Amino acid sequence: MSDYNFAYLDEDTKRMIRRAILKGIAVPGYQVPFASREMPMPYGWGTGGVQITAATLVPQDVLKVIDQGADDTTNAVSIRKFFQKTAGVEVTERTTEATVIQTRHRIPETPLTGDQILVYQVPIPEPMRFLEPRETETRRIHALADYGLMQVRLYEDIARHGEIATSYAYPVEVAGRYVMDPSPIPKFDNPKLDDCPAIQLFGAGREQRIYALPPHTGVRSLDFDDHPFTASKADHACAICGSGTSYLDEVITDDDGGRMFVCSDTDYCARRAEGVQ
Amino acid sequence: MAMLDATVGHMPGMVETAPAPGPLLSVRDVGKRYGARIGCADVSFDLWPGEVLGIVGESGSGKSTLLGCLSGQLVPDTGEVVFDSRDRGPVDTLRMSERERRHLGRTDWAFVHQNPRDGLRLGVSAGGNVGERLMANGARHYGNIRATAQDWLARVEIDPGRIDDRPRQFSGGMQQRLQIARNLVSGPRLAFMDEPTGGLDVSVQARLLDLLRGLVRDICLSVVLVTHDLAVVRLLADRLMVMKGGHVIESGLTDQVLDDPQHAYTQLLVSSVLQV
Repeated sequence: MSDYNFAYLDEDTKRMIRRAILKGIAVPGYQVPFASREMPMPYGWGTGGVQITAATLVPQDVLKVIDQGADDTTNAVSIRKFFQKTAGVEVTERTTEATVIQTRHRIPETPLTGDQILVYQVPIPEPMRFLEPRETETRRIHALADYGLMQVRLYEDIARHGEIATSYAYPVEVAGRYVMDPSPIPKFDNPKLDDCPAIQLFGAGREQRIYALPPHTGVRSLDFDDHPFTASKADHACAICGSGTSYLDEVITDDDGGRMFVCSDTDYCARRAEGVQ
Repeated sequence: MAMLDATVGHMPGMVETAPAPGPLLSVRDVGKRYGARIGCADVSFDLWPGEVLGIVGESGSGKSTLLGCLSGQLVPDTGEVVFDSRDRGPVDTLRMSERERRHLGRTDWAFVHQNPRDGLRLGVSAGGNVGERLMANGARHYGNIRATAQDWLARVEIDPGRIDDRPRQFSGGMQQRLQIARNLVSGPRLAFMDEPTGGLDVSVQARLLDLLRGLVRDICLSVVLVTHDLAVVRLLADRLMVMKGGHVIESGLTDQVLDDPQHAYTQLLVSSVLQV
C-alpha cells in the first residue's frame, strides 16, 4: 500500500484530471481533452474510467466495479483489486452501499442517489466517428451544433433495417445542446441517463477525452417523429429472480439450443432472489 | 477590367424570373494571394437571379481560387461578396460568422464538386445523401424525408428504386447527378459548380447538361460555373468571364465572347477547341 501514492496516480495528474472533470461538468456533454496516462492495463480495458475513478476517490469512498452489469467478471474483479491495493478503499458489490461505481456497458437497475458518482468506461467518445473521419470537422460540428449528420446515421438504420437498429451506444442530446455518445450501454439504459440524481462521468483513456453529466441533466435520445425512440430488451423474465423489467443477458446452456435469460445486473438479481426466497 | 455592366446581365428573357430588385450576388474587388503569387485579383461582377455565369480559363488561371473565395471555402485577402439572402437581405458573406455561413451553405447555396466523391458521403445510401440537408435543416419525419429524396432522385433521372444503394454502386454520371440532387433538395438560389462535367464521357455529359439546363430554368437557379470546357459554357452560360493569371481579361455575353473574342488569349482559347 505505501508503495503507491493514494489511488496509483500522482497528485499532479489527479489535479489535471479533476480540472477536466470540472470543465466537463460545467459544459454537459462536451468532450474535454485531457492528458491520459499510461495505466497498468491495456487500452480498451477501462483506462479512462480508471483514471477518473482514481482522481475521484477519497479514502472514505466505497467502490463498486461492474462489467456488463456483473461484479464477478475479469474486468470488474481486476479493477476492484487494483483500487483495493493502490487506494485501500472499501469495496462492495451492492449498488446501494457504493459511493463511486465504475461501470462498463451498463447502468445499475437500482436507482442511483445524489451522493453517488457513476464512472463510465468509454472506448470511442465521438458519436460521429464512423460518419465523419476528420476530428477537425467533428469538433466544428459540435461547436456549431450542426448535427444533421447524426440524424443521417439513424436514417440509414431505418432505411436498411426498417427500424432504428442501433441497440447500444445510442446517441443522445444533452441539455438541448451537445450530442453525446453514452458509451456502449444498451439503449434500454438510455432513459436512466435522463434526470439522474448521481453525477455521471465518462472517461476515454485511449482517445484522451472526459465528458460528464451533472445531476438532473436532461438527456434525450435522438429519433424521428414517425420512428420514436424505444428502450428495448429481450422479451422474457429473468430465469433466476423472475424480474420482468430488468435488462437481460442471453446465456447459452448447452449445444442443443438450450438457453436462458438472466439479469445482466448481478447485484440486482441476487438481492431480488434473496428477497423472493 | 472585370466590372460588368449590370444591364448586360439583366437580359430581357430573365426579367419574369427575377422578382428581386437587386443582384443575387455582388462581388467587388475580390483578390487572393498565395504569398508572392497571385491566386486571383480585382474580380468584380454582379450575378442576377436565374442567371448562369461561366468562368473559363486554363489550369492555374485562378478559376478555382475565385470559386473558393466566393463560396466561403477560402478567405480572400481583399474585396467583398454580398449575397441577397432570403431572410436578411444583402449580407457580406465574408464577414458573417461561420455558423451563418454554414447555414447559408445548406439552405440558399449549393456546391457541386468536380469529383462526386468529394461532394457525396460514399458510405451512406443515396436517400441518406439527399436527405442530409433536410435533416440538417431540422426535418425529423422519416417518411417525408424519404418521399422528398425519392422525388429528387426521379428529377435527376435516377431510378427511385435505387434509393437504398450506396453511391459506390453508381456509375460516374449517376454519382454526379446524385450530387446535384443532394445539393438542390433544399431549394437553393445559388449554385457553385466546379467542372461539373469533368471526367464524364461525352454522351453522359450531354445528358447532364440537358438536366442542368432544365433544373436551372425550373427552380430559377443562379449558377457560377467554373470550367475549361467551352462547349459547356456555350450550352449553359448566359454570360462568360475569361481568366488568365488570376485576372479577368474578358467578359460579356457568352455568344459574344466566343464568337468575337477580343483579347489575344481568348482568341487562342477559342481557336484551340477541336472541331469534329
